[in-house]
Amino acid sequence: MPKVTYIEFNGKQHEVNVENGLSIMEGAVQNGVPGIDADCGGACACATCHVYVKEEWLDKLPEQGDSEKDMLDFAFETKKNSRLSCQLILEDKHDGIIVNLPEKQG
Amino acid sequence: MKKTDAVIIGAGPVGLFAVFELGIMGLNAHVIDNLDKVGGQCIELYPDKPIYDIPALPECTGESLTKNLLKQIKPFNTEFHLNQRVESLEKKDHNWIVTTSDQEKFETPNVIIAAGVGSFEPRKPPIKNIEKFEKTNLYYAVKDKNKFKDQIVCIFGGGDSALDWTVELSKIAKKVILIHRRDDFRAAQHTVGLARDLEKEGKVEILTCYQPLDFKGDESIKTVEVKHDDGQQKNIEVDSVLAFFGLKMELGPIANWGLDLEAKSLKVNTENFETNEKGIFAIGDICTYPGKLKLILSGFHEGALCAQECFKRAKPDEKYVFRFTTSSSDIQKRLGVK
Ligand SMILES: Cc1cc2nc3c(=O)[nH]c(=O)nc-3n(C[C@H](O)[C@H](O)[C@H](O)COP(=O)(O)OP(=O)(O)OC[C@H]3O[C@@H](n4cnc5c(N)ncnc54)[C@H](O)[C@@H]3O)c2cc1C
Ligand code: FES
Repeated sequence: MPKVTYIEFNGKQHEVNVENGLSIMEGAVQNGVPGIDADCGGACACATCHVYVKEEWLDKLPEQGDSEKDMLDFAFETKKNSRLSCQLILEDKHDGIIVNLPEKQG
Repeated sequence: MKKTDAVIIGAGPVGLFAVFELGIMGLNAHVIDNLDKVGGQCIELYPDKPIYDIPALPECTGESLTKNLLKQIKPFNTEFHLNQRVESLEKKDHNWIVTTSDQEKFETPNVIIAAGVGSFEPRKPPIKNIEKFEKTNLYYAVKDKNKFKDQIVCIFGGGDSALDWTVELSKIAKKVILIHRRDDFRAAQHTVGLARDLEKEGKVEILTCYQPLDFKGDESIKTVEVKHDDGQQKNIEVDSVLAFFGLKMELGPIANWGLDLEAKSLKVNTENFETNEKGIFAIGDICTYPGKLKLILSGFHEGALCAQECFKRAKPDEKYVFRFTTSSSDIQKRLGVK
């Protein structure tokens, strides 16, 4: 079970063990981590699961699909390390990954 | 003040099917939605995507599902009130007074909240204190394009709205500046081509890999400050700004109606989907109860059950008799079946 660290915009940290096969979004929602709204439930249609992935983890993640690139247009204050967390499915190799949450989700 | 058997808040699939369930029992309804069209998430978020789990419909799309629901409720000549948000609910004896953002008022014994994840509202650019500019020269939609005649218009976004208006306004504006966060545009490639041609003619300026940093001005925006991915900043003088960052769902006023909430959903009982207030029901994505699934088919079932209680409240002196549509002549008359 990979461990994911979510850092809220105010700096508060949440360390959560998330089952393989779940997304970083699901890990947050199921464990009550605030700051990820996921209005569309993971269908890559709302951009309210936006996170900033700590740089060193970026190349361990699957590449952005077209729909994620498109939806990121809607996210609030995107940066180079912006991803939609419902598209980030966890595997063992992601153990220890760190994501920062934006000030707000749109 | 319009009097009606039920007011339905939200014209998503679940609100639309509730019209049907009420209609076959002889109850009329008014439907209110903040969007300019019916269909809720199915139309706003995924009109072309396939749906495979509507019973007896092996495959449909968000759009075809909405069209078919409209066809199914056509016999009831339901009144839709679009582009309006329901702002408040007030109790009046046995009834509720529903007031919209356009100050339309309805009196009804039954309010069915089928508001999904909330009303669709424009997403705003990440800039502090932008609300004051919304009163002057910052827009999230174009209502009257003549406003932009001979102006320098700055348009943000990369979808169809942004590109369509870039092309359209370039005909009357002094200049249009289109700003987008990346090189690719989601909009129809044909329109992107038109905008690129206009760029060559000098009528349009296109800045990509730029994001808004700040809007400057006292009451209205005078200068837009943008930042390139490489860190470079730029100031652009403008007469008006159009921001097309899509729509976001917000619970909005529903949170202020004194209804029991859990996370961002309304708690209901599973017998008739009433909330903690008599005569206020919640169905579809907005409601929650043990085992709730946010599926269209669950919302349909919830609508059928809540309609039973609506009947009792709207027609307290009549006895409701359960009937199949197959064999009830009353229902078939209401459906206009000959
Ligand atoms: C990409 C995607 C794919 C999906 N695929 C499926 C699928 O395959 N199968 C399935 O069953 N479900 C699917 N869903 C979920 C399904 O779309 C929802 O369950 C369904 O739309 C819920 O319907 P609803 O009528 O409850 O709410 P919505 O469709 O959300 O509609 C609610 C409406 O209420 C309006 N509203 C809210 N508050 C107010 C207010 N105060 N005043 C006025 N109007 C208001 C909103 O503007 C909105 O139009 C999918 C969702 C997404 C995003
Ligand atoms: S949950 Fe909606 S895009 Fe990720």
